[in-house]
Order: sequence, then structure tokens, then C-alpha cells
Amino acid sequence: MELHCLSGSLSLPYCYLSGCKSYRIYAELLAIPVRSSRLPLLSDAMPAPTHLFPLIRNCEISRICSTVCYCHHKHLCCFSSHFAHGHFRYAPQKRFAALYRPKENFNHFIHARDYASTPQRFYLTPPQVNSILKANEYSFKVPEFDGKNVSSVLGFDSNQLPANAPIEDRRSAATCLQTRGMLLGVFDGHAGCACAQAVSERLFYYIAVSLLPHETLLEIENAVESGRALLPILQWHKHPNDYFSKEASKLYFNSLRTYWQELIDLNSGETTDVKEALINAFKRLDNDISLEAQVGDPNSFLNYLVLRVAFSGATACVAHVDGVDLHVANTGDSRAMLGVQEEDGSWSAVNLSYDHNAQNEREVERVKTEHPKSEEKSLVKQDRLLGLLMPFRAFGDVKFKWSIELQKRVVESGPDQLNDNEYTKFIPPNYHTPPYLTAEPEVIHHKLRPQDKFLVLATDGLWETMHRQDVARIVGEYLTGVHHQQPIAVGGYKVTLGQMHGLLTERRARISSVFEDQNAATHLIRHAVGNNEFGTVDHERLSKMLSLPEELARMYRDDITIIVVQFNSHVIGACQNEEL
Amino acid sequence: GSRQLPGVGILPLRSPSSVHACAQVKRALRYQERLAAGTTRFCAGIVSTARHVSIELKMADYSNKLYQQLEQETGVQTGYMKTGSISLAQTQDRLISLKRIASSLNVMGIPCEIITPKQVAQLHPLINIHDLVGAMYVPEDALVSSANVSLALATAASRNGVQIHERTSVSHVLIQKGRVTGVETDRGKIQCQYFVNCAGQVGLLKLSPSLVPVKDRWRSLSLLNSLPTSFLSSAAIVDLDGRIYIRNWQGGILSGGFEKNPKPLFTEGRNQLEIQNLQEDWDHFEPLLSALLRRMPDLEALQIMQLVNCPESFTPDMRCIMGESPTVRGYFVLAGMNSAGISYGGGAGKYLAEWMVNGYPSENVWPLDLKRFGTLQSSRTFLRHRVMEVMPLMCDLKVPRWDFQTGRQLRTSPLYDRLDAQGARWMEKHGFERVKYFVPPGKDLLDLDQSKTFYKPDWFDIVGSEVKCCKEAVCVIDMSSFTKFEISSTGDQALESLQYLFSNDLDVPVGHVVHTGMLNEKGGYENDCSIARLSKRSFFMISPTDQQVHCWAWLKNRLPNDSNLTMEDVTWKYTALNLIGPRAVDVLSELSYAPITPEHFPSLFCKEMSVGYANGIRVMSITHTGEPGFMLYIPIEYALHVYNEVMNMGQKYGIRNAGYYALRSLRIEKFFAFWGQDLDAFTTPMECGREFQVKLDKGMQFVGQEALLEQKQNGVYKRFTMFILEDHDTDMDLWPWWGEPIFRNGRYVGKTTSSAYSYTLERHVCLGFVHHFDEKTGEELVVTTDFINQGEYEIDIAGQRFQAKAKLYPFSSLFTHRRRKDEVELSGYQRE
Repeated sequence: MELHCLSGSLSLPYCYLSGCKSYRIYAELLAIPVRSSRLPLLSDAMPAPTHLFPLIRNCEISRICSTVCYCHHKHLCCFSSHFAHGHFRYAPQKRFAALYRPKENFNHFIHARDYASTPQRFYLTPPQVNSILKANEYSFKVPEFDGKNVSSVLGFDSNQLPANAPIEDRRSAATCLQTRGMLLGVFDGHAGCACAQAVSERLFYYIAVSLLPHETLLEIENAVESGRALLPILQWHKHPNDYFSKEASKLYFNSLRTYWQELIDLNSGETTDVKEALINAFKRLDNDISLEAQVGDPNSFLNYLVLRVAFSGATACVAHVDGVDLHVANTGDSRAMLGVQEEDGSWSAVNLSYDHNAQNEREVERVKTEHPKSEEKSLVKQDRLLGLLMPFRAFGDVKFKWSIELQKRVVESGPDQLNDNEYTKFIPPNYHTPPYLTAEPEVIHHKLRPQDKFLVLATDGLWETMHRQDVARIVGEYLTGVHHQQPIAVGGYKVTLGQMHGLLTERRARISSVFEDQNAATHLIRHAVGNNEFGTVDHERLSKMLSLPEELARMYRDDITIIVVQFNSHVIGACQNEEL
Repeated sequence: GSRQLPGVGILPLRSPSSVHACAQVKRALRYQERLAAGTTRFCAGIVSTARHVSIELKMADYSNKLYQQLEQETGVQTGYMKTGSISLAQTQDRLISLKRIASSLNVMGIPCEIITPKQVAQLHPLINIHDLVGAMYVPEDALVSSANVSLALATAASRNGVQIHERTSVSHVLIQKGRVTGVETDRGKIQCQYFVNCAGQVGLLKLSPSLVPVKDRWRSLSLLNSLPTSFLSSAAIVDLDGRIYIRNWQGGILSGGFEKNPKPLFTEGRNQLEIQNLQEDWDHFEPLLSALLRRMPDLEALQIMQLVNCPESFTPDMRCIMGESPTVRGYFVLAGMNSAGISYGGGAGKYLAEWMVNGYPSENVWPLDLKRFGTLQSSRTFLRHRVMEVMPLMCDLKVPRWDFQTGRQLRTSPLYDRLDAQGARWMEKHGFERVKYFVPPGKDLLDLDQSKTFYKPDWFDIVGSEVKCCKEAVCVIDMSSFTKFEISSTGDQALESLQYLFSNDLDVPVGHVVHTGMLNEKGGYENDCSIARLSKRSFFMISPTDQQVHCWAWLKNRLPNDSNLTMEDVTWKYTALNLIGPRAVDVLSELSYAPITPEHFPSLFCKEMSVGYANGIRVMSITHTGEPGFMLYIPIEYALHVYNEVMNMGQKYGIRNAGYYALRSLRIEKFFAFWGQDLDAFTTPMECGREFQVKLDKGMQFVGQEALLEQKQNGVYKRFTMFILEDHDTDMDLWPWWGEPIFRNGRYVGKTTSSAYSYTLERHVCLGFVHHFDEKTGEELVVTTDFINQGEYEIDIAGQRFQAKAKLYPFSSLFTHRRRKDEVELSGYQRE
């Protein structure tokens, strides 16, 4: 077994293409100790990789490993490894999923062979931890006029913590300038970040345009036509790290212009319904992504870009807040959650989105009704769409949307990079009646009440590690500065003084961690990554998780992107009274 | 009589002596809940005599001796173990504080030692000694089981005929003509003459008018596991810097402490009776736990048994409350033990029993007397704030001249803002803000925390210059806090009553001021006051600030119930300004256009005059310090005007503001005794050289006359003496405070009662009482002048002895000489 595995790892190019079954077995074997609890994973598995990696790197294998890393950065070229066992990003147990990747499997296997090397302890100092956690944090406060904030939104905090390198999550926030309201969204890319990047840049324009009244659309079109300055549509609230692609802007703009021209032509004369606008915008953008890839672009860079966008995928969870009207449009398995403060001051969570994945029975039902009965068994396998994809709705992912012929034609006529990529060539099994995937969102409308204090939009990286109830409490307590720590009771347990002391120190650190963070999203990430079994931030754990080598981080966690929107209860209360 | 304890705080105050007392007046104990159901059950049970206040120390000592014999007397196991106690010091200042206690324990015959960290380790191997600078070991301190002690006391009480009713609640106390006549309970009425409320916060809020204890929380932590057997008999550890105590407890350890951030607890009228242990709150206990593990790291492996969290009563000044209600006779209170109930319980019970039976306890309990508080100090908000401050202070360093920071600015003079703007620093007495000293512009003092010192304080020079100004020019001190009563009658009733109640002869011409004691039957000072005869039938009486409640109650209870005789508290009506200094005469005469020369206005006179535009200012030629000067009693609406006039006019005479620290220095170097500090109910005028204020032959009987006559014939057993420290370095040595033991020819003879630095003598002056204990029997003998004069004296400050010169009379001649010389200098040269 030892030999077999080592050879498997060494013959990497081979397993990219086929040799996959053996890995799965190992993965499951190795998973057993891991599955039992989260802590042993850290304490046992951690030292081995950090310790052993340098050793291996020095050997011949290092070349292979670095190839893998390099490929990974290229988004498209390492898909084969993901798809060999299903979509890596959405593997059934994501902690094992990482093991599918040969290099990690290799490390683990060596570890499984029991290297009794003393664990090499390396901790980040609290300031180091903070600088990592805060690297991407962003806060926006809605400006006040005459000391009054008339918006129902006080502001928002957002942050991202990468696990993939580069991160595949994206976030966006903007204020609509030609209509009222604010847009906020999180986007979780898979098979690379190209699609998530494109959606994060473009989706809000599509939504804003969908919301615009006819006159404004005309005005904008006339301005473009006559080369006059355009009315600004959106005011973006961006972190410096959130970039927009300059090269594609012209292409994107043209697609958008086509969209509004069509809207002008259609001119239904009806007032725009937000729900409809959101659905239309989502569908239109996905359609444009698909079309752009089919048409291609004379510029080879752009041509490759639009293909990368179309062949990768992204989920989107977008909130539109206008006064007391909150709409959440969701495609995929990111989630929106409302934090509600009960009369007794405690916090509860209200879901404002449904996950589009195999855990959602309605969603499984929907997919099944859209395809012939003969495909019923192959549609959802191992909780994945066609046995491959975890989210049941997504942008991009044309492999699940286009006909086989179209896919082949585009890949063949496409650039060499695309042609050489095994993933793009790979057709999902049992692919009979495309499309299997849609970007159409489910929209939930919620009338904000004074007790609705905040909205959390986050990618599944957060929801995997934290229950929404805990999220509501942690954010609620952070925002109000009031802490309802569950009192500790010894009753009946055998606890030593030392243990109790350790526990209490941690709990105190938890309180103080609140003061460390100026950003609710950062605070939430601190908890998501650093929480121990007592639900308190454990610096040691936090430090370990954040000091994981790039290649390993994805084993223990997913990219996390969070936006916390804080509502203005006074304005909401006043609006409510007016409506009454 | 009947004693009741509804609800929680139960004190083991049934000491045998009190039980004997009880037996005479058949009494019934009433409990709303079960005996010892309150905090008593979880009391640490450390009987520790390491107390700062001497009366508390005596109570603890008595309790210890009582509990020791209790098991034998009653057959109830009390868990009494004489393990000793070790108080640890992590800082030099803490060690000084412990040394001060050690000195007073030693002179009381309680064995006590200051030991090194190494010795600590030998006594108690589990202790981490690395951060210690020393410790105090009291080998006779003991551990008891609090609940069992209560039970044993109850058993003893029952045997002596006391009935105990458990689970009985008192609905109200029956009062007729200001006297307790009985109590109404849910099981019927009980006739009684005396009623003692020991119910702690619940009972006090519910049943009585002007009381001030507050509940707060403290924690006990019990752990159980195998411990080295040596620990079982090892001493209790008190780590004040770590805010914790540790004792062995049923084979394990019990530890608790006083957290820095207490949670206040008010029952808000709810009948929260059987004390449910408030929910365990580990997070709140965390700092104490850290301190515990730091002190005994080996405890880490011990298993936790229980965290108990129970309420505890605290008082606004960290001393317990006992005594008779000022408004209802026969209504007694004993409460607010500040979590030292088990240490004080026995002694407190004894004193209270004596109080009821004999009319007064056998020791001076004024520091604990209920009447030291006014109604203002029982405001809920005041208590809430003050108790939050007090509880952390329990473990803080007790340094001289400490002022509470909360519950301030309650009673103020109308000049408060004016004085504050001129740099006044304030202290509080009986709720009244008084100036300590004035910080000159441009001078900075240390922060509050840094200013805590046992050595020379940072205000030394400031007060020095104020004193100098009092001596050479003129100073103004706002003394509005003094208690002021007016007693008048239609006929001679006022004079007759006062002549009976006061020792000096008050039948003086109108306009005279008389210094006199208000004595009790034993001749002791209940009050020391100045009385001005305003007219034939009305008197104006000035007493110390904290006499407001006590003196009122004393007089009310003794003045005849005659509608033609009225007494009024006019404290709030007058602002009092004290002009001190040789130039006071000049200022006043310029302001009043009246001759103020000694011929026209001799010492101890009172005149109504106009000052500035203001009429009806009562001017008295007294100063309370022995310096020349005047007291101005100004109706409050004129206060600002008169103050401004005085300051303006005084400028050319070098007038400035001064505070109480200067006053204190002046009065102590002049050998003036102050009531509440030097004088108490156990001190007679004969013992402090004030025979001249007693007119034994004034032609009528007065309270205390017999006792004084006897003393005059037989001599006194203690003598108020002034000590000038000889080899004390003001800059380098610890400063005396009060309570320092006095040694005569190497033998303990008494304690100091107050002390101050005399800027004139450039020496420290301590005032105190000298006793004469028989060398063999320890019996108290008569103290003669020769005895005082023919001794070599030493004052013990925190274990270090300083030579002192004893004097029975002030340096009057020296002062006059010096002053005359100064005047010569002043007139001779233009001085700065």
C-alpha cells in the first residue's frame, strides 16, 4: 500500500487524467480520524504537513508539487483534478475533499505511516493574527445629513478570508443613484474565480438598469448616443483589493447597453417590480456571459477571458434594501440571514434565502421535473448535480448549460490554452438534456421591522463552520456591545481548577476580541476560524488556522466572505408608522 | 424583649454574655427563615483578628475566645481549629499596613509576627512566595464552621431560656411614644421592650427609618480533592493584594475573595428570603481564580466542587453598624458586617447586649454606632454607588487620609464653587464637603492612586504655607459643616435643662460663649461643644459635624417633653467662616466699623454684627484651634457676600484660604482634643485636662457629676498627653496616623488618638492616652502628673519605635514668644 500510494502521488500527470479511484479510497481511510472531531485534526494532522513539506520539496517531487500549485493558480488547468472526483470545491465532505489532490494525499499518507516527529510549534502573535484577519476588511457608513441618517441602512462591514489562492469569493456593494436603494452581494466562484469576478463587476449594473424607469433609460441611451457624460448609475463601495477588469469593460458595457436598449424597446410602461427586476437581471447577465463566450472576441486576451468566465462558475446572493423593503435574490448556496433582536434582548436568525443544493428537497424536485424521468437517477448523485456540481444554480458553468455540440465547437475553435485543458474537454456523464443549470434566482421579499437589526450575507465558507443562530448572537452582541455569555456551570462534571481557569481565560479573551475588531465581519471570521468546542475564540487555534501553508488552507476551511448590513431601527420604525 | 431576624443576614450574636443578658429580659428570637440560612452558611469562617479599627479588633478577639469554648459548653461541634492565619504582602506598602496591625495586636496580647517569605513557605508549603515581600502570622486565629457556630450559640441561648421561632416573619414593629412595645408576626403578637433588627438589608429597608447597609456579592469557591494532610492543619491564607483568602475546608480548600468589580444587589422590596445562592458566575470569579492559582499553582489539579455566590452586606464606610435607632427607643440594629460577620459576631453580640442591659457597652463603639450616619446616607443611589466603591476597597491598602470618591458633593457650603475654583481639594464628613487644602495655581499634585502613602504626603508644603499664614497673617476656613442647634424656651426651661445636661456653667451673661462637654453618667464625653448664650432664654450650640444625629437623639431623649422648650437643627441655616490669625481683628474691624479690640470683644464672646452690607452675622471670638480669630455664623444668603468682602478687605493683610489639614495641624500642636478622634464616651474632662470646663459647684446637679467628683478625689486612670517625636525624620520615616502604641520605659501604656506635623515645632506631634498598668497584675492604676513626667516615651509606628517627649500642657509660652518675635520682624522689615 505504501508503495502504491507513493507511486500514485508521483505519477501526477497520470492521475490528472484518470487514476482517481485509488485516491478516493485513501481519502476515506484517512478521513476516519479526521471526521471524529475537529480538534484532533488540528493537533494531529497539522504538524506533519508543516514539518514534512520542506523535506519533500527538496526531493524530485517538489517539481511536481510546484507544478500543481502553479496550475491551481491558472484556474482552468487544474480542473481535471477537481473533476476527477466531482467538483473539488463542492466535495461532499470538504475536509476530505482536499485529499483528492495528490500532493495533500501524499502528505497525509506519509503522516498516516506514523511519523513520530515532534510537532513543530509555530504560532502567530495576536497582532499578526489581526493583520491577517483585517487585511480585507471594509466598512461603509451611510453619510448623515443634518445629523440625520434617513436611510434604513446605517452602514455595512465586509471582509474576506482566503483559503484558495487566489481567493475565489467576491463581494460587491453599491448605492443605486438613479433609483433608491442599496445593493450588496457575495459571490462564490468555483473552478476558478473568473466567473465570480465578472458577476461581481456586472450584476449590479444589470439590476440597476432593470430597476430604472423608462425615462431614465432613454436619457442614458441618448447620452451614450450623443457622447455626453453618462448619468452615474451606481456608487460603488469597494475595498482597494476589489478590482474591476479594465480590459473587459468595453465588452461588458456593450452587452449592458444592448440590454437597456431592449428594455427601452420593450417599454412595458409598468412600474418596475423589484423582484422581477432582480430575476431578469440575473438571467440576462448569465445569458450574456454565455453569448459572449459563444461569439468570442477578436482580442485574444478577451477571448480567453470570456471563455474562462463562461467555463467557470459562481453563485450569487444579492440583497437590495430600499426603505423597509428588503429583497434577497439568491442563486446557489451562499446565504442571507436576518438578525432579529427579541424583546428579551436575545438574538435569533431568520433565513432570507434557500440553499440551492441537494439538501434542499424542493430544489432536487425542480431539477427532476425539468428533465425526462429516464435521467432521474443520474441527475443527482452523491448530493451533486450530475454527480459533479454542488450548487444547483449558478452563473457560468456552461458545461452544464450548453449542448455537447456547442461545447465541442467552442472549445475547438477556442484558444490553445482552452483546448489543452482536460477539464473543458470533459463532458459531464449522463449529459442528455441540457441545460441542467440555471442562474435564475429565488427572490425573497421581507418588510423590515424595528427588531430586524442586521443582515448577514455570506458564502458557504461561513455557514459550514457556524450555525446561523450563533452568527446572529455573535454579530448582535458585537453590534450592541452586550454579551449574553452562557454562564458556565460545573454541576456534576469533574473539572479541575486548571481547566476551569483556562476556560475562563478564553471566555475573557472572547470579550476582549470584540474590542479588537472594528468590523463585524472580521469579528465573525475570527469566530468562524478560531472557535473551539466551547464556542469561544481560541487564539492558538486561530493562529494555527491562519498560518496554514497556502496549499493546505483549503483542507481546513473554505474561502469566507461576509457582509454585515446594519439597519437603522429608528428610520424603519418611522417608515412603519407612516405606512400604518 | 424580643429579637427578630426575618430573612437573611443572621449574626451569631447570641454570645453567652448576651444570652445571660437575654435571660434577664426573656426574649424570643424570630426567624423568617431557618437559622443561619443566609450568608452565614457560606461564610469563610475565618476568625481573624487582623483588623485596622481597634474596636473591631477587640470584637474579633472576643469572638475567637468565645468560639473556642463554645463546643465544650454546648456540645455542638463548631469545627473550631486554631490554625492561625497568614496575611501576605506583595508590596512594601502592604507590609507597612500589616506591621501597623501587628503593633496593635501585640500590645493587646495577641501573639503576632511579621515573617519573611521563606518562613511563609515553611508554614505553608503550597504557597508560591516568589512575589512576596513578607507576611504577618497570627498563630491564634482560628477556623470555624459558621453555620455550626450559629447553631451552638442558638443552643446556648435556648438553654438560657431564649425562645427561637423559625420560619416566622415580622410584619411590623409596634411603637408607642417613640418606644418599642412589641412586634407583630404572622404567628401573633409578642410584647417586648427591646427589639433587635439583625435582618440585614431586607429587614432594614423594610422596618427601619434611617439605615444604610447594602448587600453585595462575594464568592466562595470550594474544591474537593486529596490534599496533603499537612494542609488540613495549615493556616488560613489572606492575600489582600490578590484579593483572596484560602482556607482548608472539609478535606479540601475553600477560597473566595472580593472582586474589583462587584455586582450590587438590591432586593428592591422583593421578599427574597431563603437565600438561593445566586447563580454561579464563573466569569466574574475569573480574576480571583487567577489570583488563587498564582498563589498556589499546585491547586490546578484539584477538582472543583462548587462555586457559591452569596450576597453580603456592606456599609458606606466599611465598618459595621450597631446601636439604638435615633428615633425609636428600644429599637436596636446590628448589621452590615462587611463580610466579617463570623469574626465580629461574638464581640458584637456582647456589646449590643451590654448596651441594652446597661445603657451603654463596655467599650467605645462610636466608630460602629448607627448614629454616625444621617438619613442622607441611606439614599438608595448613594448606597449603590458607595458600595460599589467600598467593596473593592476592602482589600485595598488602608492609608491615612483616604477619602471616598463616590456619593460626594451631597451637602455643600454655598461657597463650594468659589472655593473649588481657587484650587480646593475636598474631603467628606457626614456627607458634607470640607476643604482639605488649596492647591496653589501652577502646582500639581499626584494622582489619587499615587498619592496613597504612609510617608510624607505630597501636600506637605501646601499645608505648611497655609499654617504659616494662619500664624502670621489671616486665613479663612469654611467650617459650615459643624452641627448647629438652637435651644430656646419661653421661660427658664432651656437654661435649666442645659445646665443639667452640660458640665460647664451655662448661666453666663448673654453674649458669652462656653466650651463644655455633654457628658454621660460616667462623666464621659457624649459630645464636646461650644454654646453661646444668645439671650436669657436661647442658646446656640455648635458641635462636631458627625454629631448631627447622635447629639440630636441624645438631647431629644433627655430634654423634658415641654412644648415651651424648643430645639431646632439650624445647621443648614448658617455658613460658618473661621477667620484665623493675628490679622483677623483688623479684617473684621474694617468690615464692621465696630471696635473689635480685645477690650471690646474679648475672647469667648458672641455678638451680632454687620459685616459688609449684611446684618445679623453672629460673630464669636473662638477659633477651635487656639489661634486668635473669629467664627462668623452667616445666614446662608449672605455667605457669598461676606466671603467676598472678607477676601477683598483681607488682601492687604495677606489673607488666603486654608483647609482642614492646616486646622488640624494647628489644633494638635496646641493640644486641642477633638471629639470623635481624641474624645469619646469613655473619656472624662478630668482625663484630658479640662477640669476648667467642668463646674462641679455650679449650684445644681448635672449628668456625670458624681463620676467626675469621684475622679477628682481618687485621680484618673488615663491621661491625655501630648507627645513630640524626637528622632523622627519627617522626610524619611513613616508618619504617625492614629492608633500607634505608646511605650513608657519600654512598657505599653496606651495608644495615640491623633497626630499631625507641627510646622511651628518642626516636629511631629501625637496626642494620646497614657494608662498606668501594674507591672505584675496588669491592673489599671491612677495616673499622676509625676507618672507622666517621669517616663521615657516611645511611639511605635509600624513596628519602629521613635522617642517622644510627653507634655501635659501646650507650649503656650513658646508660641507667644515666637509670635512676638515674628511681629517684630514683620514691622522691622518689608517681608516678602
